[in-house]
Amino acid sequence: MNRNAWRRTAAVARKEFLHILRDTRSLVLALALPLVLLLFFGYALSLDVDRIPTLVYDQDGSPQSRTLVERFRGSRFFDILGQVDGYGEIERRIDRGEVLLGVVIGDDYSSDLAQVRPAQVQLLLDGSDSNTASIALGYAESVVQLHGLELLAEARNLKAGRTRAAAVEPRLRVWYNESLESRNYIVPGLIAVILMIIASLLTSLTIAREWESGTMEQLLSTPVRPFELALGKLSAYFVLGLADTLIAIGAGTLIFGVPLRGSLLFLFATSCVFTFGALSWGILISAVTRSQLLASQVGMVTSFLPAFLLSGFVYAIENMPAVIQVVTHIVPARYFVAMLKGIFLKGVGPAVLWTELFFLAVYGVVVFAATTRKLRQKLA
Amino acid sequence: MKAVEVDNLTKRFGQFVAVDQVSLSVEQGEIFGFLGPNGAGKSTTIRILCGLLSPTSGRATVNGFDVAAQSEQVKQNIGYMSQKFSLYDDLAVEENIEFFGGIYGVPAAEREERKRYVMRMAGLEDKGGMPTRLLPGGWKQRLALGCAVLHRPPILFLDEPTSGVDPIARREFWDLIYQFSEAGQTVFVTTHYMEEAEYCHRLALMYRGKVIALGTPQELKRQAGLPSMEQVFVEMIEREEAGA
Repeated sequence: MNRNAWRRTAAVARKEFLHILRDTRSLVLALALPLVLLLFFGYALSLDVDRIPTLVYDQDGSPQSRTLVERFRGSRFFDILGQVDGYGEIERRIDRGEVLLGVVIGDDYSSDLAQVRPAQVQLLLDGSDSNTASIALGYAESVVQLHGLELLAEARNLKAGRTRAAAVEPRLRVWYNESLESRNYIVPGLIAVILMIIASLLTSLTIAREWESGTMEQLLSTPVRPFELALGKLSAYFVLGLADTLIAIGAGTLIFGVPLRGSLLFLFATSCVFTFGALSWGILISAVTRSQLLASQVGMVTSFLPAFLLSGFVYAIENMPAVIQVVTHIVPARYFVAMLKGIFLKGVGPAVLWTELFFLAVYGVVVFAATTRKLRQKLA
Repeated sequence: MKAVEVDNLTKRFGQFVAVDQVSLSVEQGEIFGFLGPNGAGKSTTIRILCGLLSPTSGRATVNGFDVAAQSEQVKQNIGYMSQKFSLYDDLAVEENIEFFGGIYGVPAAEREERKRYVMRMAGLEDKGGMPTRLLPGGWKQRLALGCAVLHRPPILFLDEPTSGVDPIARREFWDLIYQFSEAGQTVFVTTHYMEEAEYCHRLALMYRGKVIALGTPQELKRQAGLPSMEQVFVEMIEREEAGA
């Protein structure tokens, strides 16, 4: 870049920065939004299922059936709200949404066990939220099965005269998110969603505003080149984007206690590459629509929805239909989410994540080039 | 070399012919007026000359540079003021001047002096820190003109620069135009105020995309045998209507 090109770019960046500073409301919004979104999603969007509200209908009332109830009571996944004496109350309270699970033990439970017949336990579930219901069902089944196995082993030991049972017991070791907390998994991905929304929203107005106020026509009559205009605008918003990145990373680790196992420097470098692409996307939208209203709507739809739904941030990409899986490859947030999870939870670096970083860089350059091209077009 | 040379210039938007085979030339240092009713094609012609629109056919040069092929050089040599007020409302007076100084590439050594010149010219010496949106219309207009001449362009294009400004501010604005002209700068100005037409060295009357009359105000009045520009204007357009 020669001296004049540099001077023009700097003039645009400085002017754009003044716009940002003068518009106090947007500035506050831009800096507060990441925190608000992070708190909002971080606390509200929990995929953990525990303390399942449960009612017990024990028709048998025997020591054996009470032992089974005690097994449920002893698990942290169930919260026994009470015992009832009929199906009516279970049904009513499931209808009202107060109870998720009903455990019904038949009146022949202890006699079946005594006569070595399969004893049956009925589990009633509110399946209207299928995801929660299937997780709850899994927990309930394993409580019942485990108890069944214990009874079986006890019976065999009694017969053989042994006191200790031989059984296969799994020893579990979960890697990367030892406590299996969904928050550790959600918060890093959330940073990608937040940055995408903010970056696109911030910049989507910038060119459209110039078109609407007539200043774009003035700029086109000056020697400033499209590349310089786009770069100048981008660099002003880049400062804001980096501030947002720091806020999001800080809140994620300090407020939510998400472990940051990888390099902070690499995390920051990655965020810069992603922010560059997201800001370019916003500027491109602005240049194409030339209207602030349209630009902000298009910006929201094209940034928020793909970043939220197609990035693998909560919804696993492997579970999507093949066509959608292909589509996710053009969503930049997909690569960033993968990198964030890798850096935060697995502590991996460029050696593992270079392909993702490469795609993010390519995306940024392509979108920026498209923006420059679009700005080169004349008035009509 | 002529300041502006236009040869058979045509601009179509779909079926609509906005500029229809216009030819004219403007001498250096001349104040050249473009007169005509709204929609006559004045602004479109100016926008082509500033490199904002591409011509459909025909040729035009500004300070010797072809507007279609050498738009970068054209932009280095012109100052343009569009119909719509086009400074940044949320920036202070000085910040607007500094911004345009930057994108016009005014050398660092001259920037301070040029800024003071523009503020003096616009009568805003003590209002540098004032937000531009608070300025009254006439001041805004002069500030916009000042920003367009920061880099001392040889040619100035002013598209209805005085619309919506009171008569005294208009008169002061024209004093500035005369100063530029005396300093050797060419001024290409569109207007629909008849008394402003009288101030121009030469005039082109534009109607429905065509130049229907061209000459000094005196020549045009003599040709039509009428005493005022307003009568000449109406007469010429009626003649054109009858002919069409």
